Amino acid sequence: MAAPYDLKDDSVVVIIGSGAGGGTLGNELAQKGIDVVVLEAGKRIEYDEFINDEWDSFAQLAWLDHRTTGGGWRVSKDFPNLPAWIVKAVGGTTTHWAGASLRFQEHEFKTLTHYGKVEGANLLDWPITLAELEPYYARAEDKMGVTRTNGIEGLPGNNNFKILKAGADKLGYKECHTGNMAINSADRDDRMSCQQTGFCFQGCKWGAKWSTLYTEIPKGEATGKLEVRPQSHVIRIEHDTSGKVTGVVYADKDGKIHEQKARIVAVAGNSIESPRLLLNSASSMFPDGLANSSGQVGKNYMRHTTGSVYAVFEKPVHMYRGTTMAGIIRDEARHDPSRGFVGGYELETLSLGLPFMAAFLDPGGWGRSFTSALDNYANMAGMWIVGEDMPQEQNAVKLHAELKDQYGMPVPDVWFTDHANDDAMRNHAYKQGEALYAAVGAIRSFPTPPYPSTHNLGTNRMSEKAKDGVVNKWGQTHDIKNLFVSDGSQFTTGGAENPTLTIVSLAIRQAEYIAKEMSSGSI
Amino acid sequence: MVTIHQGKQGHEAKAGLSRRELLKRGTIGAALVISGKAVLCPANAWALETTALKPDTMATLIQLARDIYPHDTLADRFYAIAVKGQDTRAGKDAAHKALIEDGIADLDRRAAPGGYRGLGWEDQRVAHLRDIEKTPFFQAVRGDLVVSLYNQKEIWPIFGYEGESYSKGGYIERGFNDIEWL
Repeated sequence: MAAPYDLKDDSVVVIIGSGAGGGTLGNELAQKGIDVVVLEAGKRIEYDEFINDEWDSFAQLAWLDHRTTGGGWRVSKDFPNLPAWIVKAVGGTTTHWAGASLRFQEHEFKTLTHYGKVEGANLLDWPITLAELEPYYARAEDKMGVTRTNGIEGLPGNNNFKILKAGADKLGYKECHTGNMAINSADRDDRMSCQQTGFCFQGCKWGAKWSTLYTEIPKGEATGKLEVRPQSHVIRIEHDTSGKVTGVVYADKDGKIHEQKARIVAVAGNSIESPRLLLNSASSMFPDGLANSSGQVGKNYMRHTTGSVYAVFEKPVHMYRGTTMAGIIRDEARHDPSRGFVGGYELETLSLGLPFMAAFLDPGGWGRSFTSALDNYANMAGMWIVGEDMPQEQNAVKLHAELKDQYGMPVPDVWFTDHANDDAMRNHAYKQGEALYAAVGAIRSFPTPPYPSTHNLGTNRMSEKAKDGVVNKWGQTHDIKNLFVSDGSQFTTGGAENPTLTIVSLAIRQAEYIAKEMSSGSI
Repeated sequence: MVTIHQGKQGHEAKAGLSRRELLKRGTIGAALVISGKAVLCPANAWALETTALKPDTMATLIQLARDIYPHDTLADRFYAIAVKGQDTRAGKDAAHKALIEDGIADLDRRAAPGGYRGLGWEDQRVAHLRDIEKTPFFQAVRGDLVVSLYNQKEIWPIFGYEGESYSKGGYIERGFNDIEWL
């Protein structure tokens, strides 16, 4: 039923990427009768092929094309070629994500207004409000089957959650539950319920966790209006002399180069590849890259202020059993500068298997201090810190000056240094996390540094004025009317919340806008 | 501690110790024996054959691996399996072979006169490792080991990690919420 479109067909909307943004946008447009070609760099790996094994799954799903990283963050030292842990496959990073689906808070759309000027930060208000996005949040929650919305029950708490909850109670936290998760707590939408398998990050083999791979994409294909072309790595976007985009050039699985014509192009390759593609599409008309009159393409790279706290108890926990991230404390997500920083953070349950715990607990660590932690793996509980980080202009995805990929295009070089606000927030969260575990009898706790980024945001940010950002309130680039950005790189600021629900909501909203503009003939 | 006995084909103990000196030190745990191109562990009936690295180097690598990631619950064979890849890589890459051989030789010089394996206490050996932990040699060994040791499925149960669970239906009926001590 999937419609194959001709390369010369210039009536199609071409979407680059099939994850939360691209996969959702593709289905939404197809449902409206619009012809869509989704070009996905990775393979199509169906959910029964996912692997319950951390390293094998990493090899199967992770984006491992050459990247470099620099700046003051520890990831650049410990993982010099792995700034981000994201996915190259149909479904994008929705195969790997944990499922946490939280709405932004009202003030998080207006950070410059609420936080004021923060030295060294490039804060800006979003050109949209929570009220404008609420109807789309509601549709996204229904589409994704988010627990504790639409009458959907919460997931049952696993052992790791029980520890978190007991500690939250001791510390007096009020809002602690098993989360708003896009993971079925009962059969829904022809997908079965969570079997508490663990391995959420390795792709859900039951299909219980929402992923565009087995929801949006097949639904779009069923309309006959959506073609997904896997192993199609876009290397450049083309434009005409009027400055409108006309198509995209991509390499197929054999490295053969094709051009797919397009009426509209939507970029949804995640916040490293999307700006890289715009920068790599520089031409004599757009010497600084496409849609970059502001100079903001690739800038303001955000990755959330993260970190983990693991703790060892006298008795077994088996934290890896069950849904990885079905546990949250929201009390610290508020904006309360009396804590010594602006913005807030969430605390969410997290676990790693033994192989990844060894790699990420204290990267580079060795000796008895390190191994005695692992000796107590079965007695370990864990939580993840995810908080708002400050956009900074010098934190950026740049083109590497020398290194080229297999298609001869400059590789991305990801620069990141924590802002003082990020450090203050992380230290506060470490302290709270350690106190929480101590309150329920932890013997030892481990403030664990951030992993390679899973939440990559902000590199094509949304702005009211063209000089401040790359796209307008619809994700349409300020400079080129028929060029859109449809992923987390649109985020003006990052909020404290896991970003997927907001990406999906923006994509639903963007699809309405694109359909309206197409029918009015303006694009 | 691992004691290396000189093999019948005349391999010299790296540190140049006499058999008598070696015996004087005594052994803790199972003794490793060099024989021909292999490192043998007669007590536990395993042997690791080397193709590129000196067997003596391999025996030191096994000790080094344990000192980097010491787990008293893990037998030497897991460390031997974990460093075997260094020998394979050395066979394909002369520069890597030199990196490992030179790195081990350097450790033995630092630990003279008895050599690295001649140091009886882990703390004594670790003191030398702290001095070289920034070197490409140490980083190459540790960086590989963190995967090659902890990714051995056979060791997971020793740490209480159960691995793959999909084929068993997940943990929904197998203790995802069985904690009772809270």
